[in-house]
Parts: sequence; structure tokens; C-alpha cells
Amino acid sequence: MSILVSAVRNLGSRVLNSVQRMGRGHIFLFRTVMSLGIIFREYSLLIKQMHSVGVLSIQIIAISGLTVGMVLSLQGYNTLVDFGAEQSLGQMVALSLVREMGPVLTALLFAGRAGSALTAEIGLMKVTEQLPAMEIMAVDPYRKVIAPRFMAGFISMPLLAAVFSAIGVFGGYLVGVELLGVDGGAFWSQMQSKVGLEEDIINGVIKSMVFGVVVTWIAVFEGFDATPTTEGVSRATTRTVVNSAFAVLGLDFILTALMFGGA
Amino acid sequence: MTIPQKTAADLLVEMKNVSFSHGSRVILDGIDIDIPRGKVTTIMGPSGTGKTTALRLITGQLKPDTGSVIVDSQEVSTLPRQPLFDLRKRMGMMFQTGALFSDLSVYENVAFPLREHTVLPESMIRDIVIMKLQAVGLRGARDLMPAELSGGMSRRVALARTIALDPMMIMYDEPFTGQDPITVGVIMQLIRKLNDSLGLTSIIVSHDVAEVSSISDRLYIISGGKVEACGSPRELEESDSEWVQQFLHGRPDGPAKFHYPANDYAEDLLNL
Repeated sequence: MSILVSAVRNLGSRVLNSVQRMGRGHIFLFRTVMSLGIIFREYSLLIKQMHSVGVLSIQIIAISGLTVGMVLSLQGYNTLVDFGAEQSLGQMVALSLVREMGPVLTALLFAGRAGSALTAEIGLMKVTEQLPAMEIMAVDPYRKVIAPRFMAGFISMPLLAAVFSAIGVFGGYLVGVELLGVDGGAFWSQMQSKVGLEEDIINGVIKSMVFGVVVTWIAVFEGFDATPTTEGVSRATTRTVVNSAFAVLGLDFILTALMFGGA
Repeated sequence: MTIPQKTAADLLVEMKNVSFSHGSRVILDGIDIDIPRGKVTTIMGPSGTGKTTALRLITGQLKPDTGSVIVDSQEVSTLPRQPLFDLRKRMGMMFQTGALFSDLSVYENVAFPLREHTVLPESMIRDIVIMKLQAVGLRGARDLMPAELSGGMSRRVALARTIALDPMMIMYDEPFTGQDPITVGVIMQLIRKLNDSLGLTSIIVSHDVAEVSSISDRLYIISGGKVEACGSPRELEESDSEWVQQFLHGRPDGPAKFHYPANDYAEDLLNL
């Protein structure tokens, strides 16, 4: 009986903790959004964060985009060629990248590369008392620390996803046209005629904007909410990567269903 | 022990009957602390007795469960955000770790509060930063990054940053912990010198008895969330409280027991 009671109690306390964390997370998001005005007054803060969050992620995004594009092309060719439809390779590679692979994989890579760095940085600022010091100096950390990082993530994500998709298409071209001998003209013209601006590209951009908000929100919140110890920061960093991955994959399904489900 | 009655004008900080709990753990239990203007006051006590909590209540980072915290005639616990930030501009705090911004140089760290809260031209900011760094003896280190500084230097830079806006009071959170004797001497001298030359009010939180006794005008010893004793270092030295004597002289056993409560030793050994 007592085991049952303690199991129910544990479950209750876990649920309560999760609800409390979600509450704190939403209050955090509200305060962050209310503090975004600083970016227009001190845009140097945003530029600095765009560099560390966005520019420094380009390398991993570009390499991943290239390999993913190449693999897509290889796998796609093997399937399409059985139906004599290898001319549609360009369309298949581009649609896969623009609609799904670009936004989703960029968000996952971004969470691992930039998200974890954001959490660790903010968490360590808490450990080394930089955030309380700022509060005592009557400087709002939401404005000085959180808002620029949040905005940098939001802006960087769609741009990185675009880089991913563009380089991925190039990787697909390299394998499909240069290596496997698909006709170059067909590759590009199929892509041009079948990839729509509104349905495919804009929807992909919307996806990556949503992922940008969610992943950066999780990353900065986990850093800000971390227990200020070495272990606390390490746990927060892990949570950022895991929670971001779940959130991105879950949201991707919902967004895909909304955007392409009824078609 | 008699405590001379102070008028409100003499007191910069008044904590009246302040209680604070963290969850079910009571940290401060109805304490009264008065910080006189222009003096160096130290709050001492064993680890985990709520000394740093007291500082956080004064800065308004924490709100008391009951009681009032009055700083310069303003009730901190009920101040809205903006007036609280205005009050904080006149407070300074030196953290245990220094809390320097790791991505800014020494110069930029000291310039930070000036850039945030003033519209001074760059040439004037430069002059102020150099003057403040000169006061802590680190004018030559202005281009270094925080990672290149020793622990003592970090605290001195933090002190320069704290006095950049010429505050009315400075709070020092464990300023001597983990420092070599020369650094301790330097920090002690700086605290006293800055207090007197800039007309500040200083609050030190520490448990380094010898160091703080020599520079403080007034000491508070808190334990178990209550004020155990207060007075000048001399008055406390002459205190007839056994606990105060044990604390001041660092005796391992006395009213504060060496042993964690346990059953009888012999019985325990015999496994009875």
C-alpha cells in the first residue's frame, strides 16, 4: 500500500514540477518578448550574438547540408530509376530539403551546436554571479543578456535552414548529375517547375521560424533556470538538446499536417 | 550590553523583525539589524546562517516573509521595479567570486555601469575608469581579460566597478574567502580606505573574525537565523556569552557542539 502511495506521490510531484517549469518558461518568454525593444537601441548586442549563434554554426550546417543532399540524391536515384523517373530527381531532392530536411535537421543541429552553447553560457553566467551582479547594478539581464540571444536565434534559424537547403540541392546535383549521369537540364527544370514559392519555400521558412523560436526559447530558458552549480549547468545543457529535439520533431509533424496534410 | 539608540537619519539600513524561509527551512527568524551611515558594519556567523540572504534582502533580490527592510528611508520589499532599480544604482555589491563579465576586458567591466546609466562622453568615461582602477591599484591591468586575473585581482576590479557610480553603500559578500594573506591585507585596507575617503557605508558579510574585527566599527553575529550578539569589536570581545566566545576564538567545542547529534557512543560501538 505504502509503495502505491509513494508512487502516486512521486507522480504528483513530477507533474507539479513540470507544470511549474512550464509556467516559469512562459513567464520567461513573455518577459523576453517585452524586452526585445533593446535590440533597436543597441543593435551591437544583436550583431555579436548573431555572430556566435549564426555565423559560427554555418560550417556544421553547410557540411551536413552537403552530405544530406548527396545521400538523398543517391537513394532517390536508386528508387526512381526503377520506374524510369530519374528525371524527377531534382524535384525530389529539392522538395525533401525545402519542406522537411532543411528546417528539421537545421533545428536539430542548431540545438546541438548553438542551443547547448547558449544554455551553458547563461548557466555559467549564473554560476559566476554575473547575472545577479547585473541585477544589483540595476541592469535588467532580460534586456542585456536574454533578448539579444533570443532574437539572434530567431533570425539565424531560417537563414541557416536556407543555407542547408541550398547546399543540399548542390550536393544532390553533384551526385545525381555529375556522378550518376542524370540529365542536368531535366534536374533543374523539374525542380523549377515543381517547387512552389508559397506552398514549399514559404512553408519551409515558416517551419524554421517556429523552430527558431522554440529551440532558442528552450536554450535560453534552460540556462536562466539552471541550478547554479556545475552539475546543474550540465543537466540544463542536456535538457536543452533533448527537449529541443522532441519539440522540433513533434512540432514538425503538427506543422506538416497543417501545411501539407489536406493536399 | 547596551545598544545606543540611533535615529532614523543615522541609519542607512534598518531590518526590523525580518523573517525569511526557503521552503520549510527557516533562514532568518525575526532579526533586527541596523546599519549606521558612514560606518563599516560586519555581519558574521557560521556558514549557512543566512548572512548572504540578509544582503539579498537589502538589495531587494529577495522579499522577506515578514518584517521590513528600509534602505535610505525606503521600504525595499514593496518598491516597484523602477524605483528599486533607481535605489540599486546607489548601492554596490562585491560578490564572492568578483562576478566580472567574462566577455569584457577589465576596462570595459569598470566602464559597464557608466555606459549603462550615464550619457557621459567617452573621454570622461575613460578618466573615471582610470581613476577607479588607480584607487584599487590596477590601472596597469586595464587591458587584461577576467580569465587572466588572479582571484584577488578579480575582486579588486569588481571593487573598482562597484565604486564607478559613486554609490552610497557597498556590500561585500565574503571578501576574504580563499585569498592569500597579502591579498587579504590589500582588500582590508581598501575597504576601510574607500569607506572613509568616499564617505560610504560598508556592510561586510564574512566569518574571518580577525580580519573584520580590525576594520569594522560594528559587528553582528547571527546564528540559527537570530542575532546572537552585536556591538563594537571590543564589546564583543568582552562579551560573557559562551557562544560568542566560542565563535570569536574558533574553539572546536562549546555551546556549538563538535559532534552531530547521535546516540550514545559506547552503545553504538557495542551495537546495542
